Amino acid sequence: MLSRVAERLYWMARYLERAENTSRMIMAFNSLALDMPRNQSLSWRSLVSVTGMEGIFNEHYQRDDERNCVKFLIADAYNPSAVASCLRAARENIRTTRDQVPTEAWEVINELYRYTFENLDTAISKRGRHAVLSEIVGRCQMLTGLLTGCMSHDAGYDFIRLGRNLERADMATRQIEIGALQLQVREDDNEPYEGLLWTSVLRYQSAFQMYRQNVRRRVNGPQVVSFLLQNEPFPRSVLHCLNEVVTALERLPRNSVPLRTALQTARHAGEADVHQLIVDDDLIDYLDRLQLEIGELHRDIVRCWFPIHEAA
Amino acid sequence: MKKARTIDWKSYDPAPFYDELIAAKNKPRPCARTLTSYLAALDSDEIQTRQQAAELAILEMGISFTIYSEGENIDRAWPFDIIPRVIPRSEWQQVEKGLTQRLTALNLFINDIYNDQHIVRDKIIPKYVFANSKNFREQCQGFTPPLGVWAHICGSDLVRDKDGTLYVLEDNLRVPSGVSYMLENRHLTKRVFPELFENSTILPVDDYTNQLFDMLASISPRPMDYPKIAVLTPGIFNSAYFEHSFLAQRMGAQLVEGADLFVDDDDCVYMRTIHGPERVDVIYRRIDDEFLDPEAFRPDSMLGVPGLMRAWRKGNVGLANAPGAGVADDKVIYAYVPDMIRYYLKEEPIIPNVPTWLCVNKPDREYVLKHLDELVVKPANESGGYGMLVGPHSTKKQRSEFASLIKKNPRNYIAQPTLGLSVAPTLCEEGLEPRHLDLRPFVLQGVRTYVTAGGLTRVAMRKGSLVVNSSQGGGSKDTWIVEEDA
Repeated sequence: MLSRVAERLYWMARYLERAENTSRMIMAFNSLALDMPRNQSLSWRSLVSVTGMEGIFNEHYQRDDERNCVKFLIADAYNPSAVASCLRAARENIRTTRDQVPTEAWEVINELYRYTFENLDTAISKRGRHAVLSEIVGRCQMLTGLLTGCMSHDAGYDFIRLGRNLERADMATRQIEIGALQLQVREDDNEPYEGLLWTSVLRYQSAFQMYRQNVRRRVNGPQVVSFLLQNEPFPRSVLHCLNEVVTALERLPRNSVPLRTALQTARHAGEADVHQLIVDDDLIDYLDRLQLEIGELHRDIVRCWFPIHEAA
Repeated sequence: MKKARTIDWKSYDPAPFYDELIAAKNKPRPCARTLTSYLAALDSDEIQTRQQAAELAILEMGISFTIYSEGENIDRAWPFDIIPRVIPRSEWQQVEKGLTQRLTALNLFINDIYNDQHIVRDKIIPKYVFANSKNFREQCQGFTPPLGVWAHICGSDLVRDKDGTLYVLEDNLRVPSGVSYMLENRHLTKRVFPELFENSTILPVDDYTNQLFDMLASISPRPMDYPKIAVLTPGIFNSAYFEHSFLAQRMGAQLVEGADLFVDDDDCVYMRTIHGPERVDVIYRRIDDEFLDPEAFRPDSMLGVPGLMRAWRKGNVGLANAPGAGVADDKVIYAYVPDMIRYYLKEEPIIPNVPTWLCVNKPDREYVLKHLDELVVKPANESGGYGMLVGPHSTKKQRSEFASLIKKNPRNYIAQPTLGLSVAPTLCEEGLEPRHLDLRPFVLQGVRTYVTAGGLTRVAMRKGSLVVNSSQGGGSKDTWIVEEDA
């Protein structure tokens, strides 16, 4: 497998996963916003800031109202993490590795790309938002399923698995952070809505049902955080994703440096004492450290296998 | 999506041109009878539905070509007309023989001029013809590639004149493109008209990529079952990137860019893989000579691989087509191909050349300058239909421009009569209309020679236009070689 091809497959999977997660996040936040009382408006800016793109946002917008934030997260071409930009990049990476992925994958991404760009205005509007974003999420999952089900699970697929799970782990920490920010600024009259907030955090990750089956207690912050961080069987938990990264890395040649980093990161996710972190008011810092570790793991992968190329 | 208003076979009239499907108004050719009677039974709506189905399939399958416009590259959907062009098998067998003969002679010629130049010594071709050809590569002198073959893949353009004679219009020996569209056109037609394939014998085209793989494997420096074959592309911005990727995929070859490859101290070519360096045996290169190796050719090329020529001359890697093979693309050399066939093979050419005046010869030049309004004038080394003058469609100003261009650099211009290119019924905005077309069959030469069954038919979609290039508004059709009913 060419290094360049491996790199493009890796990025394709990352962008695809990012598009899906960002879409989920907007949908769940949107539904939460509708439940909040009028004097308790939610900060849409917090969505922008968890994606790490606040700097770019500030360059282009004065007001952080709903429309601007949603437009920025879905459609703005200068935001490399916007849903549309991610799909463009995923498509570009598939386009340049067409000989490696099943033909149908190209057809699906091509269609998804066309669909997204034709429906950008609807996706930004309040009323059409949910329908368009669920369509995007559905098609992203279709593509993920197609790659899982129709592509040989050889080195190329391992790079896709790496990209997908690294991105998913990273996005999961950011989504936990949305909830954690609320824990931090807790005010007493906010409390009735805390359950709602954490339910919506679970919903970002399609985790609500699995959480109920596993936890069997009312939805509360610490339980949700440890579920999304450490519940190994749940495929979108940080720990599960990092273990998937480890499994994929174990199958690749010349893997010692990234494998060591991945094992260490997974240990840090699995062994954290969530209750203590909350008591010590250290959860946000902990999540930031985890994100930095995931970033370091990414750099190790790049240095190990993608020495010269820049992907789309 | 185009919308044909009426599709009326009865009033379709190709006159005064030769039509590939219709002999005269209301009289289909024997080879096209099944097709035309089937199509005539469909009403206009049904035909349009099928054309739209084909256009949708093209979008879904992502069959595209890339054009540059205002600094941006844009993917355009492949333009395709659903009505196939039909050629009887008996005629095609002659064409196959003719193309095999032609490519064999061309390869003997290329090998000769890079080595002993017998053909010059025997005064068949004057030396100046290739010595100052733009595509003559000094770097290739004194070398013979494996099997003596330089042009492994050739895409010759065939055109038919008013009287039905097929001519070779040009030979493309550098990096001819279009074969993937030939394969996809067939794929589309099978989707659109499955019924027709059940009731007639249409020769399949799908074997091309297997044949290509075998031919490439036959020039591998290491005899083994599965040589490492790579398709070298300039990258996604190239207009034929779709095809590069398509061919790599169909052959199970690696699609590589220049930066994926390097030549090591042992003068062998390696690719950078996740396992470390891996040796490459054969490169099907889709990059022009000049960009192939910055050590040997243009030092500023970012697309090529430094040291590639060295590895090739040492016999450590097979290159298809060989560097320097494009010398015979020169349209002045083209004029000498019939003489080459007679000289090397002691045979008469099976497919004729279009009569050609060489402006470098004084009597020819005088004739050309006097008859600019009747002739087509072409530069000797351009492709893609650029930089030519079509006399009957030209203005006085254009003709005087060309007259001075010819006088300034006569070696660079040739002229040919304006052919009344053949036509075929095509779905256009105006309805069912005759449109001009040509044909590009693909020929592979390694140990054996293989000719595709048919080729890529390109159509000039604009009324009266003779320009079939897709970058300039051309379309395409599936090409059927059919067994005629006894």
